[in-house]
Amino acid sequence: MNELEAFRQETRAWLESNCPPSMRTPMPSDEIVWGGRTVEFKHEDQRLWFERMRDKGWFCPDWPVEYGGGGLNPQQAAILDAEMRRLHCRPPQINLGIWMLGPVLLEFATEEQKQRFLPPMARGEIRWCQGFSEPNAGSDLASLRTSAVLDGDDFVINGTKIWTSYGNKSDWMYALVRTGPMEPKQAGISLVVLDMTSPGISVSPIDLISGKSSFCQVFFDNVRVPRAQLIGELNGGWALGKALLQHERNAMSRFSESALPTHFDLDEFLEKYLGDPQTPAETALQQRAIACLMQEEAFRLTNRRLFETLRARQDASGLMAIAKLVHTEQERSKFELLLEIMGNHALGWAGEGFDQRELDLTGAWLMSFAQTIAGGSSEVQLNVIAKRVLGLPEAK
Amino acid sequence: MSLVYNEDQLQLQDSARDFLAARSPVALQRALRDEGSALGYSPEVWNGMLELGWGAVAFSEQDGGLDFGFAGYAPLFEEIGRHLSASPLLSSVVLCGGLIEQLGTDAQRHHWLPALISGERRLALALEEGARHQPDDFAVTARRDGSGWVLNGSKSWVTDAVSADGWLVVASEADGGCGVFLVSADQPGVQLRTRQMIDARNMGALQLDQVRLADAARLGDNAACAALELVLDRGRACLAAELLGLAEAAFAMTVDYLKTRVQFDAPIGSFQALQHRAARLYAQLQLARSSVMAAFEVLDRSTGSVRERRRLVSLAKWQASQLAQHVGNEAIQMHGGIGVTDEYDLGLFLKRMRLAQNQLGNADFHCQRYGDNRGA
Repeated sequence: MNELEAFRQETRAWLESNCPPSMRTPMPSDEIVWGGRTVEFKHEDQRLWFERMRDKGWFCPDWPVEYGGGGLNPQQAAILDAEMRRLHCRPPQINLGIWMLGPVLLEFATEEQKQRFLPPMARGEIRWCQGFSEPNAGSDLASLRTSAVLDGDDFVINGTKIWTSYGNKSDWMYALVRTGPMEPKQAGISLVVLDMTSPGISVSPIDLISGKSSFCQVFFDNVRVPRAQLIGELNGGWALGKALLQHERNAMSRFSESALPTHFDLDEFLEKYLGDPQTPAETALQQRAIACLMQEEAFRLTNRRLFETLRARQDASGLMAIAKLVHTEQERSKFELLLEIMGNHALGWAGEGFDQRELDLTGAWLMSFAQTIAGGSSEVQLNVIAKRVLGLPEAK
Repeated sequence: MSLVYNEDQLQLQDSARDFLAARSPVALQRALRDEGSALGYSPEVWNGMLELGWGAVAFSEQDGGLDFGFAGYAPLFEEIGRHLSASPLLSSVVLCGGLIEQLGTDAQRHHWLPALISGERRLALALEEGARHQPDDFAVTARRDGSGWVLNGSKSWVTDAVSADGWLVVASEADGGCGVFLVSADQPGVQLRTRQMIDARNMGALQLDQVRLADAARLGDNAACAALELVLDRGRACLAAELLGLAEAAFAMTVDYLKTRVQFDAPIGSFQALQHRAARLYAQLQLARSSVMAAFEVLDRSTGSVRERRRLVSLAKWQASQLAQHVGNEAIQMHGGIGVTDEYDLGLFLKRMRLAQNQLGNADFHCQRYGDNRGA
């Protein structure tokens, strides 16, 4: 038996005896465990699973042990991932810091910064949010204007960030700020990390068309941030921000595959809401549902091909570039179709007369409009494909 | 097996690419059309393919094949599409050879398979009676007559029928099942009218009047339906790979054109309206490629259910057909005037795409079939 196979056996055995059975069931959205200063557990099994995985270093299995990671090589990490899927293990916590900021710190931070920020992140003790977009810097992110001016050993930050997910519940933020007002726009941006309890920060949640949301606007009024919290070079933040965004897209697809509980099975809705026998109009809907399922299967196969391409050490940049575009647009089309299948049942807002599943669907449908915008809108994704994958020329 | 070509498949693809670029450029297909070739393909190119072993790829060693696995045809048909190369590889080897392999007696296999693999003989499949694919309901009948059979009816759309040594005719039998019959080209009672198609290849209309056959003309003794469906699925996967190659080529021509054509003092590919359309085509190409790879994977797998095979093959043909529809139309539109001239090659690609889209089931057929075969 080779070493990887031995690792697989060992991992499987460990998961079987350490992952409580209740943590191997589909996860409702209100049972997600978010790491942070105040972790909330709904029941004891959640705590057990959280602590056991934390103690193995498996919140971030492929980080080096010295920063609190599991020290696994990529093959071992893939095995752990596969075994967790096989047993339907829930993610023990969800922590954007680990998936997005962590890899950037590992690559670009100073040793001192790594020692300071990575171990608490790996123990799930700090909840991170992202400060990138601003009211006037959306798709054109590089035009951001939140300013960070050096004053002694501190930056003084003024301005506002928007679309910050869980800004009201996070402990720390990593943010792109303007440190070089006179430089060309990409060349005057830096990446800083800051404590959300710093004086001068205020946060207000944003209601979306789907109702309450996790998005917030964050305001900075003379917020002092020690210079030691600058990541990478002064005015060198743009490249780090782009690396972070790629990790964000990867994290979004990881979310959608396993972590989020909002999976809506078309068959379930077809059976419940179409008549038997079907009217001709209902048969047409059924046909559209088949085409929708075919697109979904082609996308799942494409994800598998992406994984196999990476494993074969071939170029997968094109497949990565289409993933977010295709996935979020397919989801939106599917919700639109579900809406037609359910008719008025999908158009209720609250209260009696609608069951929870129907209200969830309505919310998810309205939320799907945000997904094709957040994390780089579809148009930004198309730009990336056109320029970086197809090599089409820049506009004059 | 996987959704990414392995080393062996990549080698096969490289050698196919070299061979086709040298021996079967698009200009050759154009020349065949201009000279009004009845065959619609070049016998020299066809012989070259056979010398490279393309006829032997998927057959077992005991049948005279290379035992490479059916997945060898994925890169081959992709390259055939990319180079717009015409040959009877699908009609004679994949479809007719496949049926003889699946249904034939030992004697029939020994007699036919080595000859089809080497190209010494060529057969065409007489299946389609209507204008659209119909794989399980035939008006052509085979009636018992003493120890032999009598066939009646017409097969209106037989691909590569011209100059074939014979046809495999699919017919309904008295018990409601179907049988596959070898009808040689000189058989009394058979009349062939040929049609030249938009891609300059041919289809024949076969009229069968009281065609009397010996018992040995029937492939094997058992009902042919299941084997016929398997072999048609192989053919559908090959057509999907061919469509993928056709679409890749038309897309590459289009991206090149966007980079070089200048209007308003700028390459038109710098205009976002065109960039986004090209980027969407790219995404669709990737979905289709994944689906095509999955179809070949399932065809080579010994485990797995018939429903899964049907589902994945129909997914591939559906995706590839939708892709070709979209890429073909967009390629011409983005080229502008030059795209609709006969001089430019794009039109030749469009014509071949529409043929391949319609063969062995169009997008709607495969959408329906996918729906019918969901679940375990």
